[in-house]
Amino acid sequence: MIEVENLTKRYGRAVAVDGISFKVQRGEILGFLGPNGAGKTTTMRILTCYLPPTEGKAWVAGYDVFEDPLEVKKRVGYIPETPPLYPDMDVQSFLDFCARIKGLPAAERRARIDESMEKTRIGDVRGKLIGRLSKGYRQRVGLAQAILANPDVLILDEPTAGLDPKQIIETRELIKALGGSHTIILSTHILPEVEMTCGRVVIIAKGRVVAEDTPDNLTHRLKGAATLRLEARGGQPGEMEDAVKLVPGVAAVRAEARDGATALFVDAESGRDLRAELARCVVQKGWDLLALQPVGMSLEEIFLHLTTAEPATSAAAPAPESTEAHA
Amino acid sequence: MTALRNVAAIVNKEWRHYFGSPIAYITLFVWLALFGLFYTIALQVFVAASANPMGGGRLSLNDWVVGATLQSMAVVTLFVVPLLTMRLFAEEKRQGTIELLATAPLTSLQIILGKFFGALGLYALMLLLGLVNVLPLWFVASSPPEWRPIATSLLALLLLGGTLIAVGGFLSSLTRNQIVAGALTFGVALAFWILSWLDDPTAGTATKVLAYLGLLGHTEDLMKGVIDLKHLVYYLTFTVFGLFLTHQSLEAQRWRA
Repeated sequence: MIEVENLTKRYGRAVAVDGISFKVQRGEILGFLGPNGAGKTTTMRILTCYLPPTEGKAWVAGYDVFEDPLEVKKRVGYIPETPPLYPDMDVQSFLDFCARIKGLPAAERRARIDESMEKTRIGDVRGKLIGRLSKGYRQRVGLAQAILANPDVLILDEPTAGLDPKQIIETRELIKALGGSHTIILSTHILPEVEMTCGRVVIIAKGRVVAEDTPDNLTHRLKGAATLRLEARGGQPGEMEDAVKLVPGVAAVRAEARDGATALFVDAESGRDLRAELARCVVQKGWDLLALQPVGMSLEEIFLHLTTAEPATSAAAPAPESTEAHA
Repeated sequence: MTALRNVAAIVNKEWRHYFGSPIAYITLFVWLALFGLFYTIALQVFVAASANPMGGGRLSLNDWVVGATLQSMAVVTLFVVPLLTMRLFAEEKRQGTIELLATAPLTSLQIILGKFFGALGLYALMLLLGLVNVLPLWFVASSPPEWRPIATSLLALLLLGGTLIAVGGFLSSLTRNQIVAGALTFGVALAFWILSWLDDPTAGTATKVLAYLGLLGHTEDLMKGVIDLKHLVYYLTFTVFGLFLTHQSLEAQRWRA
């Protein structure tokens, strides 16, 4: 339903989105998870044809966002982070205007407006000026606007931002109910939100996709330590790789020879911190341990920037201090 | 068809904004008050001149009353149009609703035309309501005014208004601040008004070119009832250029934003 290929957006020298690719199947709810400023909004704006990409391609419902923007726009419902509303209009006339510009035929307009007001439970404020509505109601009017034309695809940028806990739960339930009949991309920086609503998660940070998985698998991966980089001297790379593989708790090892020493990238099994075992192993073999540290931008580091404060999650443990041993 | 429906939807929305806020009422009030004032003054001058035994023959109601009033209203237009255009795009940008329009299945051109005709429609309404002042002349005057110069004067005002709306819309698309947009539009209108003052048969070519660009000079023939193609071309070119600039400005902002 949605296909993104190597999408890049640069603003002058700054890179907001850096070659990201992903796919969304029909009826799927995809969570777009990342810290603020990761490039979520920019990606969504490209998918809704609001911004042209610098490089790369994207298709929504089979249409190229750059070549056929009108066809894409007909099939996409979108709420930006702050729902775009006219404060001087009442809810009913606002939705009527939206129905007109979305090209709904006059005969269906009334029924579609009533249906989306019912789904988002805003029927009781239909005659009120939008400017006088509470934040929660405004968000829901935005959502009603997005689902008005019964689009194939819904793109929701932080749909629960600024809502109170009860409204958040209601909104998530609504989104879940919309999945199946709609393909949904939902962005958030709240980890538990994707666990509750999404079938799959794409995590982006600094404009790149850093992980893509089901929420369950991600949570498992998160609880384990990140990849460790171990640098040692004294043995053949293959020999060292085999020895490290035998350390209990090691899931995978990849060796790289570099001027005289060997760098090993060690993936630990979930929930294990293997630094002590790895160091012991190297020393027992009589090799020189040059360095032992977690690798670059680990998932954990990304998650430190995410909001994980909701109850029943303790996914983000502080990143382990890097241990460096010099022989 | 779809294109027309889309433009109509925007026109409809613009009218909701105008009449959902004090803007329409304030502009209508100011316009009609000034229309009435200039009309009354012109009528008094006319009555005084007619009563003068040395005045020499019958004076024309067209020139002395209707023409004089509409000429004053051409100047008032320069002041009033910025009030109608300042929010056109600036407000959408500030509220973020430009994103709603830009992600709806509309083209930029449809949005621009919808806003243009929305504002022009309100301006046309102002013209028509102002004319109500003039209607009694047909019932009380011994020789009623001719309709033709009045019709061409209205055309002149409509063309002038359209030009200013196109320019004001463009300036409004440059900023998120309505006041800035309004002030810029007023400044540009004033500058192009002043250019018309340069018109002088003895002037050199450069001055003549500048004077030709003046906004009000081109209303004169039309106000006399003469339809000359060059004036229509002037206003329509100016209008299309303004709409074109608006289009370029909106597209450029998408690329940069």
